[in-house]
Amino acid sequence: MVLNNIEKLLDKYENGETSLKEEQQLKHYFSQETVAPHLEMYKPMFAYFLVNQQEQFTKDVPLNPDSYRDKRTFNYKWISVAAVAVLMLGFYFKEPIVSSYEAYAYGTFNKPEKALNEVTKSLAMISSHFNKGTSTVGYLNEVNKGTSTLGYLNEIENTTSIIFKN
Amino acid sequence: MTQVEFLNIVMPFKDKVFRLAKRLLVSTEEAEDATQEVLLRLWNNKKKIQEYKNVEAFSMTMTKNFCFDKLKSKQAQNLKIVHSNYEDGNTSLQKQVELNDSVDWVSKIIEELPEQQKIIIQLRDIEEYDLDEIAKMLNMNNTAVRVNLSRARKTIREKLTSTHKYGIK
Repeated sequence: MVLNNIEKLLDKYENGETSLKEEQQLKHYFSQETVAPHLEMYKPMFAYFLVNQQEQFTKDVPLNPDSYRDKRTFNYKWISVAAVAVLMLGFYFKEPIVSSYEAYAYGTFNKPEKALNEVTKSLAMISSHFNKGTSTVGYLNEVNKGTSTLGYLNEIENTTSIIFKN
Repeated sequence: MTQVEFLNIVMPFKDKVFRLAKRLLVSTEEAEDATQEVLLRLWNNKKKIQEYKNVEAFSMTMTKNFCFDKLKSKQAQNLKIVHSNYEDGNTSLQKQVELNDSVDWVSKIIEELPEQQKIIIQLRDIEEYDLDEIAKMLNMNNTAVRVNLSRARKTIREKLTSTHKYGIK
């Protein structure tokens, strides 16, 4: 009777029509020591299923790196905030520079005579410095002398060519 | 979500994830890596976890996709899977002894099944999921799952019967 039932279940099982409960029944039947000889070949299959249910995942999962990852995204957020702050500061400090430049461009002298004096003074200073610069250019003549002496090197080349010809 | 809460959610099915990964990737080490990766991804998306209707089914789908990706990348690289617990056709003495072990045979037979059937057998006969749940996990319809399951079971039975009768391959 039981065997008949099992055979029916096996048929249904192969067609994928058994419920989980019926499959439990089958598993239970085939986990017994002795089963009907003509059903012997099913035994390893169900035994395998049962054994495989036991296998466990034993490796540890390191969950900590992720809190670290969380921190990193947190930092990125503040980097953008800092960048905006720096930009705003930049604009803020640029303002006074512009206004002082305007004051500088239009001059700070009230009387034109005073301004003329100042300009001639500064121009005189520039010309004196310029003259200093030109006087040092005179040294370039020395360089020319040096290059003329290099001409003697040709003589050496002449002699070496004579040597190699021989 | 704290680590403890997360672990409480994940603990019940982490072994199932591992076993599914092992069924597909064969190697224990690779399956461990895959499981770790899946769990880490869940952890990274822990804020969204509450929105998922069924975290377990979602994780199984994720595992399946992850393993397929891994297998694909292996094929693309033209690399063979090398692992210690994979039996090849060599018949050393030890292997012959192993082959006598019918339970081992079942594992070999399942390994030869197409990926889809492998997953379904794993989910149904080992993890004992409902057919509807499996259909959802694999994004298939119920009948397709049933047909695949039936085919897989028939193949296993046929191969087991012939082995049982002749005691040879």
